[in-house]
Amino acid sequence: MPRRHYGFILTSLVMRDFRIRYRNMSLGVFWSLLNPLVMMGVLTFIFTYIFPNPGIRNFHVFVLCGIVPYQFFSLALVAGTLSIYNNAALVKKVVLPREVLPVSTVLAISLHLCIQIGLLLALALAAGYRPNAYWTRLPLIFGLEVVFVCGLALITSALDVYFRDVRYLVESGNMLLFWLVPVFYSFDSIPERFRALYQYNPIAAVVLACRHILLEGIEPPAGLMVKLALVSSLFLLLGFAVFGRLKGNFSDYL
Amino acid sequence: MIAVRLESVTKSYSRRPVRQFLRSFLWSRLKQAPQEPFYALHEVSLAVHEGESLGVVGVNGAGKSTLLSVIAGLCLPDRGQVEVQGKLAALLELGSGFHPDLTGAENARLNAALLGLSRREAREKFDQIVEFSGIGEFIHEPLRKYSAGMTLRLAFAVAMAVEPDVLLIDEVLAVGDRAFQAKCVDRILRLKQRGRILICASHDMDVLRKLATRAIWLEHGRIVQEGPAEAVISAYETALNHRS
Repeated sequence: MPRRHYGFILTSLVMRDFRIRYRNMSLGVFWSLLNPLVMMGVLTFIFTYIFPNPGIRNFHVFVLCGIVPYQFFSLALVAGTLSIYNNAALVKKVVLPREVLPVSTVLAISLHLCIQIGLLLALALAAGYRPNAYWTRLPLIFGLEVVFVCGLALITSALDVYFRDVRYLVESGNMLLFWLVPVFYSFDSIPERFRALYQYNPIAAVVLACRHILLEGIEPPAGLMVKLALVSSLFLLLGFAVFGRLKGNFSDYL
Repeated sequence: MIAVRLESVTKSYSRRPVRQFLRSFLWSRLKQAPQEPFYALHEVSLAVHEGESLGVVGVNGAGKSTLLSVIAGLCLPDRGQVEVQGKLAALLELGSGFHPDLTGAENARLNAALLGLSRREAREKFDQIVEFSGIGEFIHEPLRKYSAGMTLRLAFAVAMAVEPDVLLIDEVLAVGDRAFQAKCVDRILRLKQRGRILICASHDMDVLRKLATRAIWLEHGRIVQEGPAEAVISAYETALNHRS
């Protein structure tokens, strides 16, 4: 096998996905902003007027801290899961390291994530929160989420080749996760005995860390960050291992 | 050293429908229905050396495409060894890896990356790719406006820019016009002079006669004849005429 230029292959595929997505849309990047804004509006309406939460200040920023990591996760995982199947022509006919397909798909959606983080910061500033030193941790925190999703997508995309039901399992899983990640409720309202469990869920950990930094202006606890880093890197390793085991027979099943 | 070696390579496909759904997977576990597999390649051994070009002939379903896929490493054989020394490029399907919504230029750059060029090489060779393809102004149009011939021109131009040691071609030259075919043949022959390997499966015997020095004839996944290109191709043609 000749030397491969992974960086060039990855950026080329990320640009491909990004270009294709935006070329045929007149509103372009605006769509990345509209979706979380609508979701934020609806959830804020429900949890201000129907189930009021007087204990939470600036509920719209609070809920957006949950929506941005959650929406990235569900969008990127579904797209990542389908990446091998959707690129069947490449898998069957072009000699390339197949790991780049799910990874580049997740990375292409990370570009939307960047735009949405910009939106989150803008709304936080508008609501009167001031930047603090911990804002510099945000790239690391969201970076770990991207790592986690890449690992998971490597597993689900490979399994989806063999069992096409995996994509539906992923969609159902996303629905469940919306309730199991503290998107619209606060961590404090979770009973003590479940809290540790929540912290091992990287998506929940990202939401919590975001709220510590943006809303409370405090450093996210070291234990939380360690769990986030640990689980995310573990899933990335597991993802490469599973993908490596399964990729050999892809072309027979596509 | 550039070489391609296959040692009693066997590749079978089960006739059972692909277990795309968990249910059928579970069923097949329960039923344990043993079924005769379909052999796409059966005990194929082959060695291609520096500067050789190998033609592969055979009717549809004889195993030509599977052979090229196995050499390219795109599918794994059940048994046997496959060894490729040198940088490999494969043109197995017209425009695989091309996207209809991207322009010719964007597709060319993307494919240069997929086929293994570095960012710098891709930039340096871009003009050369456009020139060889002869697409001209159309290079900035989306690919869905291209004809099959134009897509082939672009795909072939990119593959040539990779300067592969081992080039695999599966029947794609057929859609090019005579002038472009001649240009491709000329380019491939120059590669061959520099000691590169070409393996080409085709139904176009004229093209194969120009390109190949040796040939193999596949039938039901087995090599039925191997030897100098002219002898094998003639024998194959005679057999075809007999059958029809």
